Amino acid sequence: MAIRQSASRVITITSGKGGVGKTTVTANLSAALARMGRRVVCIDADIGLRNLDLILGVENRIVNDLVDVVEGRCDLAHALIRHKAYPELFILPAAQNRDKTAVSPSQMIRITDALRPQFEFILIDSPAGIERGFKNAVAPADEVLIVTNPEVSAVRDADRIIGMIELLEKRPPSRLIINRVKAEMVKRREMLSAEDVTDILSIELIGVVPEDEAVLIAGNRGMPEPNSRAGQAFTEIARRLLGENVPHSHTDASQGFFKRLTRLFTGSGTRQGSVFDE
Amino acid sequence: MSSFWERLLGRRNQSGSGTVAKQRLQLLLVTDRSQLSPETIQRMKDEIIAVISKYVPIAHDKVEINLEQRQRDNWLVADIPLLRNAQHGAPPESSAESPTAEDA
Repeated sequence: MAIRQSASRVITITSGKGGVGKTTVTANLSAALARMGRRVVCIDADIGLRNLDLILGVENRIVNDLVDVVEGRCDLAHALIRHKAYPELFILPAAQNRDKTAVSPSQMIRITDALRPQFEFILIDSPAGIERGFKNAVAPADEVLIVTNPEVSAVRDADRIIGMIELLEKRPPSRLIINRVKAEMVKRREMLSAEDVTDILSIELIGVVPEDEAVLIAGNRGMPEPNSRAGQAFTEIARRLLGENVPHSHTDASQGFFKRLTRLFTGSGTRQGSVFDE
Repeated sequence: MSSFWERLLGRRNQSGSGTVAKQRLQLLLVTDRSQLSPETIQRMKDEIIAVISKYVPIAHDKVEINLEQRQRDNWLVADIPLLRNAQHGAPPESSAESPTAEDA
């Protein structure tokens, strides 16, 4: 896949359906990239329902927001909040008392263009839906990450969003993040597996994040937790974004007979943080 | 014990809701992506068959016209076998009473 390897990359995180974990993915991925020493800014494009600030624990430090910048009430530099634990991470919060029409797609492009010289990664947290907020969020995208859950409604909505991105003039490449996979349910075939979802949507998979209560706990504290299983999955996705070839964990179906035999008798298998392990 | 053998042989629970979900989504997304309802697809099939049988006799019971997904593209794939002893170039006289209506 041809990815712009120029100085900066605008990556939009979107999903169609709400509640699949776009904001947690944006927050954790931004933190993972910043931890690797990359200069990152994440933009909350969910005007009226801002939450990225809360997940990243900067909610008490907001002075200006995206709409203030767009309407010329402050400089871009004065709206950015630097994360205390990750000095390479900046947040541009959404306005809370306005709606999606306060910003236009071309204004979003202007803002990201102004950020490009200073940041290697510009991550945009898209609102749910397929209307204006989504259009604002994808307009400046060089790449798109589609977040879905292994459930029928989320997969259907992801498919619709992928179709809409294919219609964009810029046609940014999309990759898939499957969030909140429960390995034990997949094993019983009571949940779509990562392979199933990738098969159905026919786009490249960039990562699978296990269901992990550590994500909720990290949100409670407003501090990403890199050492949890989900945190490790986010780190893997960040490495793949940087072009590293990090192999995806295997499923039961793709394992050989002897691996299954070993696992059956030893009660274990590969322990590489596979979401498919028990 | 059966689960022991199933796990050893890597057999999957074919009736599991995960499998059902996959099958339902694959069917549904054909309609979603093409924006054609199953009824519209059926009407289109009937019309295609009617048009072709105006020019050449076809084996109606073996016609297959389906929307298929190849990666993220939709393909309309038609297999329309012609009748072996067809008289070429001579459209049937009774084209008005095309036999396709009851073919659906």
